[in-house]
Amino acid sequence: MTIANPTNPILWTDRASASKRRNWLTRSAAAIAITFILVALLAPLLAWHQPIVCKYQGKYYFPAISDTASRLPLVGSWFQKAKPFRFPSFDARTELEPNAFALWPPVPYGPMEMVADANCAASRAHWLGTDDRGRDVLARLIHGACVSVRVGVYSMLLAGIVGIVIGGAAGFCGGAIDWMCSRLIEIMMCFPAFFLILVVMVWIGNGVTGIILVIGLTQWTSIARLVRAEFLSGRELDFVDAARSYGASGWYIALRHLLPAALAPTLVALTFGVADAILLEAGLSWLGLGVGADVATWGGMLRDAYDQIRTHPGLMTAPCAAIFISVLCCHILGEQLRRSLDPRIGFGESRS
Amino acid sequence: MWHYILKRILLTIPTFVGIVLLTFLLIHQAPGSPATGSAGGFGESGVSAADHARLRAQFELDAPIIVRFGHWMKRVVCFDFGQSFADGRPVSQRIAERLVPTLTLTFAIIAIAFAIVIPVATYAATHPGQLVDKIILAACVGFYAIPPYILGMILILLVGVALNWFPFAGLTSDDFATLSTWQKFKDVISHSALIGSCFLIPLVAYLVPFVRATMLSVLKEDFVRAAHARGLSHRRVMLCHVLPNTLRPLLTVMGLIVPAVLGGSVVLEVMFSWPGMGRLLFESIHDRDYPVIMGMTVLTAMIVLGVTLVVDLLYAWADPRVRYV
Repeated sequence: MTIANPTNPILWTDRASASKRRNWLTRSAAAIAITFILVALLAPLLAWHQPIVCKYQGKYYFPAISDTASRLPLVGSWFQKAKPFRFPSFDARTELEPNAFALWPPVPYGPMEMVADANCAASRAHWLGTDDRGRDVLARLIHGACVSVRVGVYSMLLAGIVGIVIGGAAGFCGGAIDWMCSRLIEIMMCFPAFFLILVVMVWIGNGVTGIILVIGLTQWTSIARLVRAEFLSGRELDFVDAARSYGASGWYIALRHLLPAALAPTLVALTFGVADAILLEAGLSWLGLGVGADVATWGGMLRDAYDQIRTHPGLMTAPCAAIFISVLCCHILGEQLRRSLDPRIGFGESRS
Repeated sequence: MWHYILKRILLTIPTFVGIVLLTFLLIHQAPGSPATGSAGGFGESGVSAADHARLRAQFELDAPIIVRFGHWMKRVVCFDFGQSFADGRPVSQRIAERLVPTLTLTFAIIAIAFAIVIPVATYAATHPGQLVDKIILAACVGFYAIPPYILGMILILLVGVALNWFPFAGLTSDDFATLSTWQKFKDVISHSALIGSCFLIPLVAYLVPFVRATMLSVLKEDFVRAAHARGLSHRRVMLCHVLPNTLRPLLTVMGLIVPAVLGGSVVLEVMFSWPGMGRLLFESIHDRDYPVIMGMTVLTAMIVLGVTLVVDLLYAWADPRVRYV
């Protein structure tokens, strides 16, 4: 690696990475974001109503581990839990012998289980207390992260794909296709996002998949505009002319020369978009129109807290903090990404 | 100039048709359409047979698709969305009485936001890198990350419940009819103070860094240096040269603020039991009041379309370079 000269603007990557190294804020934001994702992936290992490892009738079982595996994206359906633990009526707490070997998760409660009296204060048994129905707040918080992370990541992946395809087609093809795509973007931007999402949710009903689809298919407009602008300006550059002159096909130019330049701003927009998606999902769940009452979500927890804001205002703290911190992390990471990917910005400056 | 205005107005026509088409497709997917066949099986609050028949009649679900689209277009143009399922009144009337508070609040918030943002951002931009500037920026990042509904709950808890300064439910007090005009005005303002702050604080937190960055780049322009070189006073340079050029990009942001505020109104208006558009939408969704839902969807899109058009025309008026694009 070459020694970066901070006055030489050409070595902007080195400058950017140097500024990144200095920036403890970014590092802690990244650390928190990774923690959230890990918590979401490993939720049953952290809070579950069944043990991680246990000995039952002479055999070893791994119920929480198999639940974790079965929640993984893509490969989840390969795993199935062993038999007695699979039945909803099987209560591991009473069925297991008291002195049999069992390793429980740190929070040995499920997110929807009523395990204690309502509105307990924080204690050794319930680290963040319990809510109005006696459910453990920490367990709900951990499992709420699953929904938020899934909605945030998947909906933005979808929005990114749709935005790149439509924006890229508009910017690269130009002419009538550009005109039509631009009108489509305009039309979508005319609908307040939350209105459109609510209305579509009425038709398709509750569910995580539905929310991901709806958010992904309504939030792509800003990405499409960015990609279109990058393609439009990139199309005129000399290296594209050069590529054309040696006979490169349109697809090759679009994918190899124009798309990489468009990916940087797209990535920034997607990072901010994750925050928006988390907020939209929490808002929908707050209204009771989101994921559904049988899944723990931060928005749902917030709603429970709102319903007894006069009697137990402390319930608000946990979901508020979770939403605020995750949104703040996305904003900090997005801002830092923008700075490090934008060659025109130096130290400590910002560009509109 | 006129050429550009005409072109810009003509360009709204395809967008308008697109909005009508999109909402039309949404209706087509509504329960009770020929596609679903039966009215039952839609959640627990399934559409009753009577509503089903009314839906079919109102949206003419037995007619050919082109005819239906034409009729829907006609309805949109005439603002005739039929009658509400909930109370049988015309949809346009129900929307109109909710539209006034929300739009008033929206534009009041935008005006107040500008009144706060411009001095704060000007101070920050003229003192870049200083402690106050850093504090302002950090506060903006922090406040912008607080979602409006969390802000709402915190405000309800602190200002509404604990301090009991402002009421936080409804738009008017119970004894509203007996109050004098001035008291009525005060009553409405105090009822809107909390919900207004929930919109205002994130908006200000979003705008201050934006205006600051724009102003910083304007301050580096040659014409500012030239103005200083001509011996103009600092105040005159700021007011006549820097500020207009800073505010011009803000116009485009305006077009994005309106849909954001309208969209954000749903949760907040439900939270504060505030009788605006967002709460009407939520109530109609709860009652499965399809005529109102569709009417509101079209109408908000029309409002945003109109605001975007006005903003673009204003921009062309403010920035002569646009006309040649």
